[in-house]
Amino acid sequence: MLEVIIFYISALIAIGGAVMMIAQRNPVASVLYLILSLVAQAVLYIQLEALFVGALLIIVYAGAILVLFLFVIMLLNLRGEKFGYDQGKVGVATKLIFSLVLIFELAAVVHTVSRSTNLARTSEHLNPGFGSVPPVAELLYTKYLLPFELTSILLLVAIIGAVLMARRDRADKEKEMT
Amino acid sequence: MDIRSAAIDFGLLTPHLVIAVAAMAILLLGNMVRNRGLMTVLSVGAMAVGMIYGVMQWAAPQSGFYGMVAIDNFSVFFSIIFISTGIMAILMSRDYLVAKNIDSHEYNVLIMFATVGMMLMASSTDLLVIFLGLEIMSVPLYVMAGMARRDNFSGESGIKYFIIGAFASGFLVYGIALIYGATGTTDLRRILADFTFLKMQSEMLLYSGAIMVLAAFSFKVAVVPFHMWVPDVYEGAPTPVTGYFSVGPKAAGFAALFRIFVFGFGQFSDLTMVFWILAVLTMTVGNILAIFQNNIKRMLAYSSIAHAGYVMVALTTGGQGAVSSAVYYLAAYMFFNLGAFAIITMIDCRTGSNNQIDGIKGLSGRHPYLASVLTLFMFALAGFPPTAGFMGKFFIFSEAIKNGYVWLTVIAILNSLISVYYYLRVVVAAFFMKSDKDFLPVTYRPAMFIVLLITVAGTLVLGVIPQIWVELARLSMFSIF
Amino acid sequence: MIPITHYLILSAMLFAIGVTGVIISRNLIIMFMSIEVMLNAANLAIIAFSRSLNLMDGHVFVFLVMAVAAAEAAVGLAIIINLFRNRESINADTFSLMKR
Repeated sequence: MLEVIIFYISALIAIGGAVMMIAQRNPVASVLYLILSLVAQAVLYIQLEALFVGALLIIVYAGAILVLFLFVIMLLNLRGEKFGYDQGKVGVATKLIFSLVLIFELAAVVHTVSRSTNLARTSEHLNPGFGSVPPVAELLYTKYLLPFELTSILLLVAIIGAVLMARRDRADKEKEMT
Repeated sequence: MDIRSAAIDFGLLTPHLVIAVAAMAILLLGNMVRNRGLMTVLSVGAMAVGMIYGVMQWAAPQSGFYGMVAIDNFSVFFSIIFISTGIMAILMSRDYLVAKNIDSHEYNVLIMFATVGMMLMASSTDLLVIFLGLEIMSVPLYVMAGMARRDNFSGESGIKYFIIGAFASGFLVYGIALIYGATGTTDLRRILADFTFLKMQSEMLLYSGAIMVLAAFSFKVAVVPFHMWVPDVYEGAPTPVTGYFSVGPKAAGFAALFRIFVFGFGQFSDLTMVFWILAVLTMTVGNILAIFQNNIKRMLAYSSIAHAGYVMVALTTGGQGAVSSAVYYLAAYMFFNLGAFAIITMIDCRTGSNNQIDGIKGLSGRHPYLASVLTLFMFALAGFPPTAGFMGKFFIFSEAIKNGYVWLTVIAILNSLISVYYYLRVVVAAFFMKSDKDFLPVTYRPAMFIVLLITVAGTLVLGVIPQIWVELARLSMFSIF
Repeated sequence: MIPITHYLILSAMLFAIGVTGVIISRNLIIMFMSIEVMLNAANLAIIAFSRSLNLMDGHVFVFLVMAVAAAEAAVGLAIIINLFRNRESINADTFSLMKR
């Protein structure tokens, strides 16, 4: 029973946080709502026995990635700018298509899961140590070694790209002088 | 899973590693050596070495990393396409970067890393590695689109490409999640092996997952209705980068699509109808909208959408023959499309050019050879014999007819006829229209000259003696597995 | 034990919210954060499937997706900073030089 209550509260916070994030006009508040949503999702991860990844979600996602967002927003000092919502003519058709895709998606998931034997048979007994660090580490360094190494290349490329885009060169400095 | 395919053997990825390590070395070296020309030569040399290692893997199919990597003729053929595209992109960018004052050695490094990502996409049979390859390819491309940092158009192009690309990867991850839920694996080989069982067990989940993955790649290869970003991104990006975008990522996206939908989900016949509709929409919308463009980069953007449509015809047809015709087409398309962009880059290097079709009026008077070469590329794009464009279309359409897709072929041929109009417009402007002011001369530099030489040779050789290349393309079908 | 279905529906809803955010928002940073919501929704689905299949592979996927999200965040924010330097705005409506 307690499990169910925790699930519904976390789910509500996760969805509410995500909706509020979009609805905000002040980006700083947006980031904070997203962090709230992520914390609620981390609770769900832990409910699903994903202890290590749940911790990562808070430490890496909320703690590092979103703080980077916050940092950039502060750096740019965006508070003064006014944002509306899309009223363009291009938007309508696109939005319709995507909404349809998504409704289909939602329906498909519910439909499948309700009748599929595969998921109904969710195992009550899990392998010992499920969700803890050692099994994740073991997979990362054996079966998923290649993807793991590839992320290092990806991060390197991202660093190069970020530096290239955001560094100040002579023209920037001259602009700031004037 | 046999022991060989389980082995962790970095030797399998020698071509990828050569290019990646060389890129890192050049990144470091470039900060010490100021000579950008030397850096370009080094990058091209490293890519060529990678290509040689790639060619050495021909006809020796292997797999490794727990079945995540499959080095077969398919991956080798595509690797050669990607590396050649990268080399030509580096060469044709030289003068442009200098002229527009955005010269930096990191540009070459980005192209090299993007090439590595593309090669990974073609040589993987695991959705996860395909996804990571896609990201390694896309991240440098986002930066390259916004490379001209002072230019508002370029910045706009970069941000649009980034938002759309990240959006598409969201779809891709969700699709992979659904496929993982339906099958318990991301390994395409295992999905193929258990397909009948999996489909019975969780068809809807698999179907929605496949649709999401298809949508994600449709963004990347610019298939209608996921094409809205293409004209703006292509127009705003620096011209040689646009050329690179229109060839490299497109070929990589199709390589992944073939791996996933012809191989992994090959028995998923329900998707054929979806492909059919996408192919028709893509060809028609691309060709019709291209007619109305006055900016040559925008026109070629729509033309690249149309060409994606022709390749989609092959994807609809499915099967070995159709995929090998598509592989041949992509190789041919690389030559004539990059060639066309090389000339546009040369014209764009002059000060005050605006990429309008009117801007090439009087080209033949000043540069008769250049105008003839441009005509050759336009003919190839439109699909006239004896160019590679004709043979490519011929193979794709004949495969489609052989498999009974007569209506699809009729629509594709009608589309090719429409396309003749806007390609000839460029030719007419170059040859028969007089400009009120003098045509500013363009400069020939060795790097650009090499690119033109390669592309002209490729366009003609693939068109005149296609047999060898067709045979290679046929052999490049998934030779194992 | 809460059925896995519930988690999947939640994840689908989060994904839909993310997509809606990208489509309707005009603030580039909020658009970008909506994409992060999409990735997180996918992660939640992967974790839920992982639990129901009793396979740890999904946890590794989530780990890798987080790395990808970090890489995208780094590049994306750098692009946004660069844009802001040039035009003092991150309103997506101002990015329509090429719409004619």
